[in-house]
Amino acid sequence: MINVKGLKKAFGDHEVLCGIDEHIKKGEKVVIIGASGSGKSTFLRCLNLLEQPTDGEIFFEGTNICDSKNDINKLRQKMGMVFQQFNLFPNMTVKENIKLAPVKLKLMTEEEAEKKALQLLERVGLPEKADAYPVQLSGGQQQRIAIARALAMNPDVMLFDEPTSALDPEMVGEVLEIMRELADEGMTMVVVTHEMGFAREVATRVLFMDEGVIAEQGTPEELFANPKSDRLKAFLGKVL
Amino acid sequence: MSILTFAKWIGEMAPDWVVALPESLQRLCFQFFQVFIYENRWQFFTDGLTMTFTVTIGALILGVIIGMIVAIVRSTHDSSRGKPNIILRFFNSICKIYVTVLRGTPLMVQLLIMGFVVMVPKGEVETVMCAIITLGINSGAYVAEIARSGIMSINAGQMEAGRSLGLNYRQTMTYIIIPQAFKNILPALGNELIALLKETSLVTVIALQDVTKAAQVIVSKTYTATIPYVSLAIIYLVLVIILTKLLGILERRLRASDKR
Repeated sequence: MINVKGLKKAFGDHEVLCGIDEHIKKGEKVVIIGASGSGKSTFLRCLNLLEQPTDGEIFFEGTNICDSKNDINKLRQKMGMVFQQFNLFPNMTVKENIKLAPVKLKLMTEEEAEKKALQLLERVGLPEKADAYPVQLSGGQQQRIAIARALAMNPDVMLFDEPTSALDPEMVGEVLEIMRELADEGMTMVVVTHEMGFAREVATRVLFMDEGVIAEQGTPEELFANPKSDRLKAFLGKVL
Repeated sequence: MSILTFAKWIGEMAPDWVVALPESLQRLCFQFFQVFIYENRWQFFTDGLTMTFTVTIGALILGVIIGMIVAIVRSTHDSSRGKPNIILRFFNSICKIYVTVLRGTPLMVQLLIMGFVVMVPKGEVETVMCAIITLGINSGAYVAEIARSGIMSINAGQMEAGRSLGLNYRQTMTYIIIPQAFKNILPALGNELIALLKETSLVTVIALQDVTKAAQVIVSKTYTATIPYVSLAIIYLVLVIILTKLLGILERRLRASDKR
């Protein structure tokens, strides 16, 4: 589904990603772990071109997204993204947040989007918040709405950029629960997170990033039980 | 047109209740009569006000359009990563020069140049156009900086969220960034609107009959300055107070999403 070849990204002289080759298949739940500054967020943001790679190619469903001839806006419609800071639109109600993109991009009529929005709100367990504004919600609720907003586009893959890092501890669970349900339904997911418990339970594959490369990868059982590199051992020693 | 004297007014025209007043108040009433009522002179003020409104509204619309365009060019340029493309850099420097020149010279001088060098309007309609264009271009420079601060005050995450949903840059700007920016800049924009309304008084230098000119005409007809000019000040003050109230209402309505 997503095929990454020789991906490099530098900010000025500072090289953040130093050549990544990776293939993410349909239905996989890939969790990316690593210390801060290891490039995991940058890698994820390159996948939908929020960061422009310096070098390399990324194919999404067979289309090279780095090629400026291909319409990135069309491709992004199929890649949902959830941010650390939620980034809900504060001037719109929850329902308007969800409906905006499908309606403005003419993928759904107003009525279809309305129906979809209510359905998604049901799914993330917040049907009563349809007409609330984001500022009236807790962080956990906002992040659940953000997930619903991304799902409204019927994406083929969901990218999560540290979705629980900005949350109070007691709210982490409700967001992870939604993500777990999503995984069970077969959604392809790429998740950058510090929640090792989530990685262990949900991931089909875990990538450990260090200094701009994928230093080690495998199933969660392999990776957490038998880390090979010293780096990963040191990292796991700190977080587990 | 003969000049009306105080003695003649008291003797022939004044109502009885005025005649019964002490002389100082009689004189005040006389001035008031002379300025507003005699020969229907209040019409100078109402005609002048119509002109003031026309110029203010025209300049406001033009200023906001120019200001938004300049602000979008400038902030798109500043927020693009790496080296922006040559066309954007070109327009950005044009916008910078525009803001520098228009903010760097007095509005009075700009009016004189537009009125007597560049446009040289003949007839009233052309003069009104000249005033609207000059004030609009001038106001645009200030609106541009205000709008730019508004756009830049919106968290970069909002743009990313919009783009990640598949909206393009223009759609994200239109549906997400600008509505939020507008709410943030409304107080500053209101300030600019009030300044604009008051600055229209300068259009007298290109011989436009606005409300300030009306007061000047009446002074020259009556040889009395107190009542016309104090009334003029009160007219502007009342207009500004009304505007302030209207802006307050708009601000409260836009703040609906901030309520917890």
